[in-house]
Formats: sequence, C-alpha cells, structure tokens
Amino acid sequence: MTPLTGTAADWIWLAILLPFAGFLVNGAVAFLRPQSKRLVSAVGVGAVAAAFAVGVAVFVAVLRAHPAEPYVRTLWSWIPVGDLQVDAALQVDQLSVVMLLVVTGVSSLIHVFSIGYMQDDPGYARYFAYLNLFVAFMLVLVLGASYPVMFIGWEGVGLCSYLLIGFWFEEKEKADAGFKAFLVNRIGDFGFLVAMFLIFTHLGSLDFREVFARAPQTLLPGGGTVTAIALFLFMGCVGKSAQIPLYVWLPDAMAGPTPVSALIHAATMVTAGVYLVARSNILFAMSPVACAVVAGVGALTALFAATIGLKQWDIKKVLAYSTVSQLGYMFVGVGAGAYAAGVFHLITHAFFKALLFLGAGSVIHVMHRAYHHTHSHADAQDMRNMGGLAAYLPWTSRVMWVATLAIAGIPPLAGFFSKDEILGAAFARGAADPFYYVVWAFGLVGAFLTAFYMARLMLYTFHGPNRTGDLARPHLAEAPWVMTGPLVVLAVLTVLGGLLNLPHVETLQRWLEPLTERSAALLPALAPATGVEIALMALAALIGVGGIWLATRMLKPEALQTPERAPQETGFAKLLLEKYRVDELYAAVIVRPLVWFSRVVLWKGVDAGAIDTAGVNGSAALARGLGWIGSRLESGQVGTYVVFFVIGAIAVLAALLR
Amino acid sequence: MLLGPSLAVSAILFSLGVVGVLLRRNAIVIFMCIELMLNAVNLTFVALSQQIGLDGQVFVFFVMTVAAAEAAVGLAIVIAVYRHRDTVNLQRINLLRG
Repeated sequence: MTPLTGTAADWIWLAILLPFAGFLVNGAVAFLRPQSKRLVSAVGVGAVAAAFAVGVAVFVAVLRAHPAEPYVRTLWSWIPVGDLQVDAALQVDQLSVVMLLVVTGVSSLIHVFSIGYMQDDPGYARYFAYLNLFVAFMLVLVLGASYPVMFIGWEGVGLCSYLLIGFWFEEKEKADAGFKAFLVNRIGDFGFLVAMFLIFTHLGSLDFREVFARAPQTLLPGGGTVTAIALFLFMGCVGKSAQIPLYVWLPDAMAGPTPVSALIHAATMVTAGVYLVARSNILFAMSPVACAVVAGVGALTALFAATIGLKQWDIKKVLAYSTVSQLGYMFVGVGAGAYAAGVFHLITHAFFKALLFLGAGSVIHVMHRAYHHTHSHADAQDMRNMGGLAAYLPWTSRVMWVATLAIAGIPPLAGFFSKDEILGAAFARGAADPFYYVVWAFGLVGAFLTAFYMARLMLYTFHGPNRTGDLARPHLAEAPWVMTGPLVVLAVLTVLGGLLNLPHVETLQRWLEPLTERSAALLPALAPATGVEIALMALAALIGVGGIWLATRMLKPEALQTPERAPQETGFAKLLLEKYRVDELYAAVIVRPLVWFSRVVLWKGVDAGAIDTAGVNGSAALARGLGWIGSRLESGQVGTYVVFFVIGAIAVLAALLR
Repeated sequence: MLLGPSLAVSAILFSLGVVGVLLRRNAIVIFMCIELMLNAVNLTFVALSQQIGLDGQVFVFFVMTVAAAEAAVGLAIVIAVYRHRDTVNLQRINLLRG
C-alpha cells in the first residue's frame, strides 16, 4: 500500500489506452472513410487531450501524496518464465509523471497544429492514426515499471518514427530516410537488449524497483559489471537520442511532416535516451567511467552538431542539428550527475524546440502554399528562398524569436536556466575530475555556436529582403489560427518554463529527489560557490548575447542569393555544408563493405552458390538420379521381375539357412 | 519312408518350374510352369506329412483350390491380353515400362 492507492494513479493505464483507441479508430477510418477529416481530428486530438487530462489528474494525486516510493500499478502477469517474472505494470512516480505531462501536453498542442498543417494531405486519417499510436507507445515508454515494458514502448516509438518519417513514401529518399532511422536505431537497441540481459544475469530482476534496490548491494561500485550495464544502456540512448556516432539518422528524419519532427524528433522520442539515463541514475552513478562517457559523448555531440548547424540552408536541417546538439547538453547534464538538470533541459527543450519546429512548419506551410499556387518547383524549406517573412508571418516570427532567445540562453527564458544548470554541474564536477572542465568548455563553445546559428536562421528567414519570388510573394500570409494558437501556448511555456527549477529554489530537483537521492550520495557534491555560480551564469548569458550579436554583425541577409544563383562554398564552409561527409564516410566504411559482403559472399556465394546449387538443386539432382536408376529396373518385362524375385527368394533362403 | 527321393523329386520339379518361368516367353507356358512349382510344393507337403502330421495334407487341398481359382482367373487374363494384343509373348507386353 502506498499513498497513491485509490487515487487517480489507479487509472494511469487510461493514459495509454486512450491514444491507442484513437489509433484504432483513426486507423479504421483511414481504411473505410479516409475523407472524414472532422471525425479524424476530433478523435485524434480528443484522445491525446483526454490522456493529458488523465496526466493532470495523476500529477495532482502525486503532488498531494508526494510518495517516497514509486507506485506500481500491475495490470497482468506478462512473462512468467522461471526466475524471470515480468509484469505488465506501470509506474507512477515523480519522474514518470513529469514525463507524462510533457509528452501528453506537447503532443496535444502538436496534434492541434497538425489539423492545419496536414489539412490538404490525402493521408490525413493515416497521419493521425500513426501520431496517436506514437503517443500511446511513448507513454508505455515513460510509464513502464520495468525495462522490458519500457523496451516495448522504446521499440514502438521507433516503429512510429519509421512510419512517420516515411509518411510520404511515394518519394524514394523519404522512404529511405525512414529505413535509415529504423536501421540505425537497431544498433542502439542491440545495446539496450544486452544491458537487459546483463541486468537480469547479475541482479535477477528487471523491475525498476528491484534493480535499483539491489544494484548498490550486489554490484561493486565502479566495477566492470555495472560499467558494462551502464555503457550498454547508453548505447541504446546513443541510437535513440541521436548522439555521436549514431546521430546520422536524425537529420534525415526531417523527411517526415514537420509536426512529426517537432513531436517525435525534437520534443519526445529522441529524449527517451535522457529519460533512460535519468531513470537508471543509480546504475550510472555507480560507474564513474560510464558517467564520463555519457558526458563526453554528450559534449562532443553538442559541439559537433552545432558546427554543422552553422552552414545548413534547409531550415529543418538547422533545427535537426540543433536538436542533436541540445540532446548532447542533456547527456552532459545526466552524465555529470545532475539528473534534475538533464530532465529540466529535456522539458524546456521540449517546449522551445517544439515551438521552433512548429514555427518552421508554419513557415514551410506558407511557403509551400505560395509555391503551390504559382506552380513553382522552388524549395519551400531552403532559407535562401525566404527572407523578410516577418512582414507576412508576424506571429510566427515573434514566437520563434522567443524560442531563439530561449535556446540561445538569454535570461530569463527557459533555456537559460536549464542550460546554465547543466554547464554549472559540469563545471562543479570538474573540481573532482578535471575531465569535466573539458566537457564544460565544449558545452560553452557549443552554446556560443547555438546562439549564432539560431540567429542566422532567424535573420535569413524573417529579416532582410524577401527572396521568395515576385509571383509567389502575394500568396504569403500568416498560417491559420489552429497553427498559430499552439505556437503562442508553447511560447508562453518557453517564457515561463524556467520557473520549474530556478537556481536556489530548485523545485524540480526537490521534486525528483526521492528518485535521485541514493545516486546523489554516490557522487561528489555539485553545488559551486555562490560567486562562481553567478560568474558562470553571467558568462552563459554573455555567450548567448555574444553569439547573436556576432551573427547580426557578420551575416548579411541583403547579400544572400537564391539557391540557383548562390556561389559555391569553399574550404571549411563546404565541409560544414557537407556535414563533415560523415554519411559518405559511413557509406564507404560500413555500408558499402556490408552491401558488398552481402551481395558477393552471402548472396552469390552462400545463397546462390552453396544453398541453391548444393542444397536445393543438389538434392533435386540426387533424387532424379536415384529415380533414373530405379526406372531402369522397371523394364516392364515380367521375366526381369521374376529374375529379381528369384534372386531375392534365394537370398532370403540363404540368409535363413546360414 | 521314401522321404529323400520324394523331396528330391519335388526339388527337381520346382527348379524346372523356376527355370521355365525364367526362360520361356509364352504366357501359357509360364503359367504351366507356375502350376508345376505349386505341385512341387504340394509333393513336399505330402512327403513331410509322414513325420509332421496331417496339417501338410490339409494345406495341399487349399493350394489346389487356390491353384484352380488362379487357373481360371489367369487364363481369362491371358485370353483378354491375346484379344487385345494378338500375342501372348510376354516380351512384347511391357506397357508398364518405367
């Protein structure tokens, strides 16, 4: 019995069932009456909004009780095999309820936005069916009470990601992008599976409560086992959350509809890795090596992706690399042991990055509409075709500036507090382990680049002269209110999000304390001296302002040319534009050898050579040869048969008489 | 009493039957050779019944009955084949060749 028994937390399964029911209804509609858009919108948005309502009710219940122990709602026994007992159980605690609110809240807004964005798409019902299914699986992921249940959600969101990236599968490269995302994620999932096997082998359970209770007693802190478990878990995170070296799928995932990029590839699914590390904080805290790897990979990704973002022209690609970079910050946070800061940045990032993506979606929607009316084939996502859009899309421009200032780390917006806390934690941990000073420095440079490329995006998109073309320009007009409404709500959240975890108030950190206190005891203290803290904050704010200032000074939107007339890039800029040629490197080192090996050895050699020739055709030839010999005996001559018969009879006689 | 000579005669008869079946081509001759073999066996039964009992003699009656039935059916088949193929040479009747 916990304080939550008998409250709304008992009904937590409704939060998953409602979007899933929405998926079933919308899926059926997609097959039977694909044109009934009103029904689809009502079911799609209603199901997720209802899930959000459940989330609020559960949150209130948790707020009242503030239980020290997680509340587990067991639904049924799922895998009862010998020692392995896994229940289909959902866990309600401070972390999962926060994730529940973020996921359902942001999803609701994005569902509303999608009504406008997908209005003219023939696959409207299919789209909402997938989106609802995604929400259901995402809630399984964050609410699961054991690693296997979480894994179901983990794979489910991967499936929905694949379906939605390849939503316009008539175009080959979009279908390929979905395929790529799915394949790259399999590499990470392999690590997740191995981690689960290790956890079960060494701890004898996969339930979160059992694992986290047994781990400190059973496993040696800093030992090989716990390090291996943490690193394999992190391998799953690297795939799902698009960190080096598996980040390559996320920029390609922008092939999907823009609200999908906002929901799945910015706000929720890609942060699952951060959630997994925060959830398993005790396992990571026990292994300093794993912590350093998490923080190091995060810092490297944060800087690396930010540099690529500097030279991209596709507005969504800039945001995609920005997402990869920001996910790197979250891993710096959780790697440095500041789990609350990582989750805090996850939440604020969900707000401002969803806002940025939806704003970009609004821009693309408007651009696409203008080009559609004028039968132009120009790229509606290329910033070189935009410029000066602030005059035509005033609301989109305003809210996107809010998000830009937030992600650049300008106080008092949400991004400032969360990013500052992460960098502060990395700096504080540097006192115990100088490696974290390097992490901190990487993060600081990344923050500067973030401010720069976001200001660049805004300048090129919304300011300077318009480059859309004289024919298309009259068709530019602000998107409908179903699209701008969610933007405004997200902008408010972006402004106020910082209140969740103000320095020295630390609401979120205290809120999460029941889950992190045991790992906090294992880690060095993260509170720097007040003077240092203020200096760090000032530095972070200065860096953000500096990045934006430099961008406004360096970049000349007036001089920008449309893609057809743009000059060739040279040197390092070309390398950045080509994304460091990492895709080409992977193609040369991994994909092509693999394809060659599959084609020449496995296909031509093993399959066509050994299996087909020796196995399939060989056995057929053997049977035919034996049959030929048999048919020679079958001469039709009675005399011959009698000869065999007599020989046989004599043989039997001889055998009997011997 | 005369067991050895009786068995020798029956062995000779049986072998003659076998050789006939193996070498001849005319269906009726082969048929007769089969009858020869059956009767060789009958002779063996009768000869051995002196020592073993009357079971063998009873069995002879069964063999004769079966042989009579076989003769009826077998000769009917031979006649049918002859009507069909105008020959009873078994070397030329080989429709079931594999």
